[in-house]
Amino acid sequence: MTGTVDIRVSTADAVPSRASRRSVTGTARRILFRLANAVGVLWAAATVTFFIQAVLPGDRATLILNQETGRAVKRTAAEVAPINRRFGFDDSLFAQYLHYIGGLTHGDLGTSYQLKQPVTTLIADQVGPTLLLTVTALVLAWAIALVLTIATAKRGRIRSALGSGFEVVAAGLPQYWLGVILLVVFAINLGWFPVEGGTGLSGLVLPALTLAIPLAGFLGQVTRDEFEKVLDQPFITSARARGMSDLDVRTKHALRHAVLPAITLSGWALGALFSGAVVAELVFARPGLGQVLVGAASARDIPLVSGVVMLVAGVYVVANLLVDLAYGIVDPRLKDGAS
Amino acid sequence: MSTVQPALSPGGLPGSRAVAAVAWERLRALRPGLTLAALALLFILVAAIAPSLLTSRSPTSIDLGATLQAPSAHHIFGTDQAGRDLYARVIHGTRQSLLIGLGATALSMSVAISLGFLAGLSGRFVDGAINRLLEVVFAFPVLLLALLFVTVFGASATTQIVAVGIGTAPGYARMVRGQVLAVRGSGYVEAASALGHSYPRIIRRHIFPNAMRPLVVVVTLGLGQSIVWASSLAFLGLGVAPPAPEWGALLDAGRGYVTKAWWLEVVPGLTIVAFALAVTTLGRYAQQRLEGANQR
Repeated sequence: MTGTVDIRVSTADAVPSRASRRSVTGTARRILFRLANAVGVLWAAATVTFFIQAVLPGDRATLILNQETGRAVKRTAAEVAPINRRFGFDDSLFAQYLHYIGGLTHGDLGTSYQLKQPVTTLIADQVGPTLLLTVTALVLAWAIALVLTIATAKRGRIRSALGSGFEVVAAGLPQYWLGVILLVVFAINLGWFPVEGGTGLSGLVLPALTLAIPLAGFLGQVTRDEFEKVLDQPFITSARARGMSDLDVRTKHALRHAVLPAITLSGWALGALFSGAVVAELVFARPGLGQVLVGAASARDIPLVSGVVMLVAGVYVVANLLVDLAYGIVDPRLKDGAS
Repeated sequence: MSTVQPALSPGGLPGSRAVAAVAWERLRALRPGLTLAALALLFILVAAIAPSLLTSRSPTSIDLGATLQAPSAHHIFGTDQAGRDLYARVIHGTRQSLLIGLGATALSMSVAISLGFLAGLSGRFVDGAINRLLEVVFAFPVLLLALLFVTVFGASATTQIVAVGIGTAPGYARMVRGQVLAVRGSGYVEAASALGHSYPRIIRRHIFPNAMRPLVVVVTLGLGQSIVWASSLAFLGLGVAPPAPEWGALLDAGRGYVTKAWWLEVVPGLTIVAFALAVTTLGRYAQQRLEGANQR
């Protein structure tokens, strides 16, 4: 992550004696810099999305007409003209690009080819359950990763091997497959959870686990590495020498250091969870963006798919920004510039 | 190994611990994981090259008298809704699945190596520009970028390869760039330039081979990942057309029957997981060996 490097560079020049005054302007400058960077990445992401759309082989108006009628035929100029006018395909590429970026600045993601509704409305209708699933999964993944690290890291060979073995396997499991296994075992055979479309709390458990277990494996691997390094530090020995219990040493001292690398990954994790949610929603027949997205992709509804992709890129950028800014709070060494 | 371990964990007698430790050591010496991984991979390779050696059944022969049968001695993986033998379908699907994975990995690696070398060997401006580009592509999760590709180009094996290849490239590109920078700053490159070797010669003789060596492992690990991504796409119904017995297509075809015939989903999934795990295990072993060789 370049973000962490930037923070170190911008705060390292603060002289400790004048730290109080300079760190305020330093912080403001840092936040401004990060904000500008985030806007830049978003703009570039929008540009990439636009040009992927623009390279579409063949005529977009024909694609839309054929979608409406369910046939694949060549269209005459007279048929194509009104569609071209409506979606602005007659304009130059540059004009279309300006229109697209301009629309984005006030939350207009275009009109769905298939459903003929604004993409923003379609997303807003469906985003709720997906957001709930994503956030639940993130919390659950952190809980699993932390418990696993505290319980197994550096606790003798066999226990450590079991813990890290679980993490390796979990991190490599494809979400669809884990979802199917959970569905078959816990919903179909044991009947503990609804088989499909459960919208209540009981319907949330299996999809959230489907997303959380692989992520927990990943976060756990990163945290464990750091945790084991920290446990060898002198301040840990000194805490133990003061008579602190092993559990306290682990939770109060070591954990605080060990979670840092994994926290920087949370922005990435949110993006990954969002795309994982598409799979989980399909396995468990849950309402949400996933169903919309897969339907739109197979119907080749470009504005809808790129709208969702832009939304997720936005979530990623904002989450990374927050993580960068929050880093100073979790790790005061960076804020004071005295490392 | 661990210096700050509690003296005695509750419930564990010293004697039983010693026995367990000895058993653990014996098990480790056999390297069961590695052996298993090598055998699994060998089996899968045979299935890809000569599927008829492993099954005499046809993957497409329909038997309406034996639809949706659970795994048994006769059909070890069960049958699908048309009575086709799932074992034969998995075996015959291996080649195309591997080809999709290989294609995606090859594409991803070529993009990563070009960008990584360009960034690592050029000046600050090009390096900065490529880094920014990678940062932007990172904002798109692999699966969503792949979905966007499928939407624009339509679902096919080629789209699958391109989508997965482009989606996974940025991570590898950063890795290659790091390697190039590390090798470029090393003593032997400095020595070569002090000896008056030309820059292209240094790149060809020193930087390229040394930066490429660790990538052998990365390619192995990447192959498992590519197949998992490609199959995720196929699972969503956006892969190769259903009649083909490709692993991902089998997943897609079985999705509608999961409540009645779990094996149609579980078995192809297990095959993909087994392949990915086997490749990862061997890749990590190679990595350890390579690092050990470098330290010596």
